[in-house]
Amino acid sequence: MIRFEKVSKWYGSYRALTHVDAQVETGQMVVLCGPSGSGKTTLIRTVNRLEPIEQGRITVNGEDVNSPGSSINRLRSNIGFVFQQFNLFPHMTVLQNIIFGPMKIRGMAQKLAIEKAEGLLDRVGLLAKAEVFPEQLSGGQAQRVAIARALAMDPPVLLFDEPTSALDPEMVGEVLSVMKGLTREGMTMMCVTHEMGFAREVADQVWFMDKGQILERAAPSDFFSRPIHLRAQRFLTDLAH
Amino acid sequence: MWDIMRDQGVLLLIGQYPNGPLGGLVATVLLAILGLALSFPCAILLALGRISPYRAFRSISSAIVQTMRGTPLLLVIFWSYFFLPLVIGHAVSGFTTMVGALVIYESSYLAEVLRSGIEALPKGQVEAARSLGLSYWRTNYLIILPQALFNTLPSLLGQFVSIIKETSLGYVISVNEFTFAAAQVNSVLLTKPVQVFSILAITYFLLCSSLTQTARWLEGRIARRRSGQVGRVVKVMPLPEPAP
Repeated sequence: MIRFEKVSKWYGSYRALTHVDAQVETGQMVVLCGPSGSGKTTLIRTVNRLEPIEQGRITVNGEDVNSPGSSINRLRSNIGFVFQQFNLFPHMTVLQNIIFGPMKIRGMAQKLAIEKAEGLLDRVGLLAKAEVFPEQLSGGQAQRVAIARALAMDPPVLLFDEPTSALDPEMVGEVLSVMKGLTREGMTMMCVTHEMGFAREVADQVWFMDKGQILERAAPSDFFSRPIHLRAQRFLTDLAH
Repeated sequence: MWDIMRDQGVLLLIGQYPNGPLGGLVATVLLAILGLALSFPCAILLALGRISPYRAFRSISSAIVQTMRGTPLLLVIFWSYFFLPLVIGHAVSGFTTMVGALVIYESSYLAEVLRSGIEALPKGQVEAARSLGLSYWRTNYLIILPQALFNTLPSLLGQFVSIIKETSLGYVISVNEFTFAAAQVNSVLLTKPVQVFSILAITYFLLCSSLTQTARWLEGRIARRRSGQVGRVVKVMPLPEPAP
């Protein structure tokens, strides 16, 4: 589904990604972890070309993300992206935030879009908040709306960039449980997170990154019980403290 | 003052219309509205140009904006008045010249206000819109500008108010606007400059301050709607009494 081939990226002279070679299969949930500055967020942002790459190739569903020929807008509309800071549109109500994509990009009729949005809001437990503005939501609620907004486009792939890092601790659970629901449905997902308990429970694979490279790719049971790489061992020990 | 208003009111309001060109207060308002309506889209383009990823757009827009911001409006009016006819080969009415000068000048100022409003928005807004698959132009139109306009409403309105005031400079190229009409009245009456120019001042003040008040009200209303306080009784700042 998502394939990275020898992907490298520089910010000026700083090398953010070095020869990343990896693949996410359809229906898989991949968790990216690693110390800060290791390139996890950069890597996930290259998938929908929020970050262009200097070398290598990224394909989503067989389509080259960075080829000048491919329509980036159409490609992006098929990749859901959930941000650390939610990035809901503050000038629209919760419902308007969700119907925006289906109506403006997919050209869906308003009635259908609203029906769909209400279904999604129900699913994330926020139907009662349909008519309020994002300003009035708690962080956890805002992030659940952001997930609903991404899902409204029916994307085959969903990317999460530290979806719970900006939340108060008591709100992390509600967002993670929505995400767990998605894994059960077999959504293809990539998720950057520091929630290792969540990773252990739902990930099909854990990618450990350091200094712009994927050092280890393993099933969570292997990764958490016997990490091979010294850097990964140290990372896990540090997290445990 | 009342008899001046009674005797010369029509001249002050609409100039010599329908026997001559439309003038007076109506012409001032028309100048301001046209100036505003036309400079606004130009300002948006200039603002987007100033923050464009393409260097050529950035350079061109910055050159226009910085030249205009470094030039007195009076000079822009003179330039338009004397050079525009030379360039296009035939005479242009004072009114049209004035609209042109206002648009060129004001769009640069409005552009800077808009640019600051756009740059103040979190980068995530653009990223979220583009990630949904929205194009550059629609992202600006549907996501960025509505927010930037709201956030800069006070400064924008301030700029609109200055357009109204700036129309009075049309006097120097004999545009039949409000100040021009007042000067005409003054030269007819000869002995009552204080009264005539008081009427002028008060009218400008009422026009501008009512606009500012409307803006403040609008701003409060939008803010309340977003924070979910619609319908609640909210303390509103009392209107200042206009000076006599």
